[in-house]
Amino acid sequence: MTTEDDLYERLATYEGRPAAVAGEGGDPVNAPMIRHWCEALGHPVPADGTAPAPMLQVWTMRGLSTHPGTAGGGSRAGAYDELLALLDGAGCTAVVATDCEQEYLRPLRPGERITFDAVIESVSPRKTTRLGSGHFVTTRMDVRADGELAGRHRFRILKYAPARAPGERPRRPRPVVNRDNAGYWEGVERHELLIQRCSSCGTLRLPWLPGCNTCGSDAWDTLPACGRGTVFSRVVVHHPPFPAFAPPYAVALVELAEGVRLLGGVVGVPYDKVRIGMPVALEFRHADGEPAVPVFRAEV
Amino acid sequence: MTGPGVRTGDVLPELRIPVTRTLVVAGAIATRDFQDVHHDPDAARAKGSPDVFLNILTTGGLVGRYLAGHFGPSAVLRSLRVRLGAPAHPGDELVFTGNVTAVRGTEATVEVLGTLRQGRHVTGTAVVEVGGG
Ligand SMILES: [Zn+2]
Repeated sequence: MTTEDDLYERLATYEGRPAAVAGEGGDPVNAPMIRHWCEALGHPVPADGTAPAPMLQVWTMRGLSTHPGTAGGGSRAGAYDELLALLDGAGCTAVVATDCEQEYLRPLRPGERITFDAVIESVSPRKTTRLGSGHFVTTRMDVRADGELAGRHRFRILKYAPARAPGERPRRPRPVVNRDNAGYWEGVERHELLIQRCSSCGTLRLPWLPGCNTCGSDAWDTLPACGRGTVFSRVVVHHPPFPAFAPPYAVALVELAEGVRLLGGVVGVPYDKVRIGMPVALEFRHADGEPAVPVFRAEV
Repeated sequence: MTGPGVRTGDVLPELRIPVTRTLVVAGAIATRDFQDVHHDPDAARAKGSPDVFLNILTTGGLVGRYLAGHFGPSAVLRSLRVRLGAPAHPGDELVFTGNVTAVRGTEATVEVLGTLRQGRHVTGTAVVEVGGG
């Protein structure tokens, strides 16, 4: 906690310091870049030859700066690079843009030379997001065309430590085992899927419950599933992503031959080829020393 | 739809834009954003994304395209604020909707929403000068 507070104290000292001083656009405003931008985005080309307003920041971009001396706009002030390096050093190595606010005072015309100054407006305390935990950095830029203020621009990035270190395998959620379903999970661990059966009326139930919904009896024994089933219903998960699962993937509600239904992943077939009524066979999967789980293999 | 005809509560017609790999890469390059996650799928995966994704400047430009397409060439964009949500990957479809939330003189405030099947990609607020007619 203390180290985090210390870090934030250091980060906060960058507020108000310059992010770019007397920056210069690599190219003057020009018709080819305007046309290429319009072409890429499907935007109409302005008939009066001016640049579409949302291009404001484009004229200030550093470009492919891996070739020294060829990129434009390379006037980043030391304070901004220092701030980013400090965040890199604290493990916040990844970056994503989150917000952009632009104000357009007048159109930009071909031939105009772009200059800009930017200031580090704020650095947020540590925040935890879906991507990971890190700091939001907001910069504000004044863009001038031939020396005249033409637009303002506020840009926010999140510098963060990815929630998962590269190469580290995220763990799958573990089953919730309690005294009412312990026997079920013990069966799964031995690769046996046990269906509960009411000793009084014979009704089958899955998932396991303490009593029978049909007659109310709490006496039961078990019946091992034969392993045949058909897809009763299915969904494809695209979002939100869970760290251990790579979307998109299919999750099916499978009706077992015995008549009870069970949720599970479907393997052996692409996610978009899982169909209602498709026959499936029960299998058990052990993911790297984690508890076994039932899955269903599509029967082709 | 330009000029004095614009009223608070006006709803903009929906615009559907397929997010292709071509759009992601062409948009990134046209906005001079050479971050590898916008053109190199392997690099994007190494950084935890399933694929390349739209850069913020392309998203902002597409919001601009949506507004320009609706309000026509005589309208002038005064300001544009965009906030990103779920990233847009190749294979996604971006659906823009919008409505006019205020009209002050000749300036209309427009709220724009760009959604994907998996959720909100962008929320935007624009002020558009629609001309006095
Ligand atoms: Zn019973």
